[in-house]
Amino acid sequence: MITRWLVAALFFSALAVSWHLLVAAKIWSPLLLPAPLSVLDYLRSAVEDGTLFEAMLVTVRRLLIGYGLGILVGLPLGLLTASSKWSQDTIGVLALGLQTLPSVCWVPLALLWFGQTESAMLFVVVMGTLWSLIIATDTGVRTIPPIYSRAARSMGSSGFHTWTHVILPAALPFLLSGMKQGWAFAWRSLMAAEIYVTILTGFGLGHLLHYGRELSAMDQVIGVMIVIVLIGLAVDKTLFAPIERFLHRRWGTGRS
Amino acid sequence: MEGGEASLADRVTGKLVLEHVSKWFQTSSMNVHALDDVTLRIAEGEFVCLVGPSGCGKSTLLNMIAGLDRPDRGVVQADGQMITGPGPHRLMMFQEAALFPWLTVLGNVLFGLNLINGLSAVERREKAEYFLELVGLKRFMHANVHELSGGMKQRVALARSLAPNPSVLLMDEPFGALDALTREQLYGDIQRIWSQHRKTIVFVTHNVREAVCLGDRVILFSPHPGRIREEFEIPLPRPRDINSVDLARYSTEITRVLKGYVQAEVAG
Repeated sequence: MITRWLVAALFFSALAVSWHLLVAAKIWSPLLLPAPLSVLDYLRSAVEDGTLFEAMLVTVRRLLIGYGLGILVGLPLGLLTASSKWSQDTIGVLALGLQTLPSVCWVPLALLWFGQTESAMLFVVVMGTLWSLIIATDTGVRTIPPIYSRAARSMGSSGFHTWTHVILPAALPFLLSGMKQGWAFAWRSLMAAEIYVTILTGFGLGHLLHYGRELSAMDQVIGVMIVIVLIGLAVDKTLFAPIERFLHRRWGTGRS
Repeated sequence: MEGGEASLADRVTGKLVLEHVSKWFQTSSMNVHALDDVTLRIAEGEFVCLVGPSGCGKSTLLNMIAGLDRPDRGVVQADGQMITGPGPHRLMMFQEAALFPWLTVLGNVLFGLNLINGLSAVERREKAEYFLELVGLKRFMHANVHELSGGMKQRVALARSLAPNPSVLLMDEPFGALDALTREQLYGDIQRIWSQHRKTIVFVTHNVREAVCLGDRVILFSPHPGRIREEFEIPLPRPRDINSVDLARYSTEITRVLKGYVQAEVAG
């Protein structure tokens, strides 16, 4: 375990050092490729004056609310499409179609409907999450071996009990991959939306990135990009990794 | 024989009664006649084995007794009541790993127990542990399903079926996927448990030796459509050893009859 940490630490230090050496070699203008230390400087000042923290808060809040809404709506809809032919031919087909639409395509529509507001941002995130979650839930439920529900029925389980105690847990591996995919879509679409439009109600990480470009402040651009990557990593490690470890242990799939 | 007459009288009323049961299945390409006019009475505490080639409807019959399926014609009764759906008195054990991988061994055994009203959490837990002990797997109660061997999985499935204390146990080729050695161990286990707990057991298999080793009666089915062709009483003393010569004599006889049906079908 410690060796693994050590290797990772070594790798990232080496990455930073080679970045530094590359800058020191002056191949590119420092305006285009700032030194790691000046990016660090920017991050420090942004933390000190509170802009970074505020932007993170705005972005993460949008993401969590939108993602939560997407799951809240998508999960039941996925169960619905999996359990009836009618909803499969209607909602199921709709979800399949809209899932192929890159979620940034919702931005113009969201702006016209909601204006430059928080609702527009939430809408884009929900659209990014919803469809892939419906598809994943639907696939998950359909892939469950029918013997599970037969065994459960034989033991007297029916209706709601079967859904909550058999079908949902049996579909969990699929639900999780659907949630991960939904998360990735939501994160990407929110960043695109924030870079693309100024929202009057809150200044997120995407805006910070956008203004970095406007000001040609490359240290800001790279600094914010690093923050975005770190948030993505943190979510994966804290939200999804524990569930994945549980799944691997229980189902005996893969190695963690 | 006195015992014989008693069980005959029992069969007239019967723990399980099937009368003139017929069943058809509609597949996309054809209409399959799965069971044709099957009449069968099974006494309380009897161990009955249903044997026949695949397609003879024996699993369908088991599903109907479990309440997972309904006859198109005829009557299926348990304790004098029409069977209208699944219930904790008639539990089904399947051919392979119907254990739930998202639960531990203990969680699996508790699943059926949790569906029974009027038990405290402590009682459920005690019962679950008792039946895991009975199948020799109490040590593994916190194990995950994927960590068990095939034989251990079927033992857990057996404990799971026994725990809610059903009066009828329905077993659909439960040892079909196991190797011979594991199977032999389980024959011993199931006979021991049956003699201790006296369940009515209906056991589906295509293995004649297995049927003779376990059953009080062996009922022979022929396919297309599924029909009862012949019944054999197996009066051998218990516990029975599947490798014994007496047992082999019965199974040779039954196998000979069974082959007749299969050949007749190929010829006709």
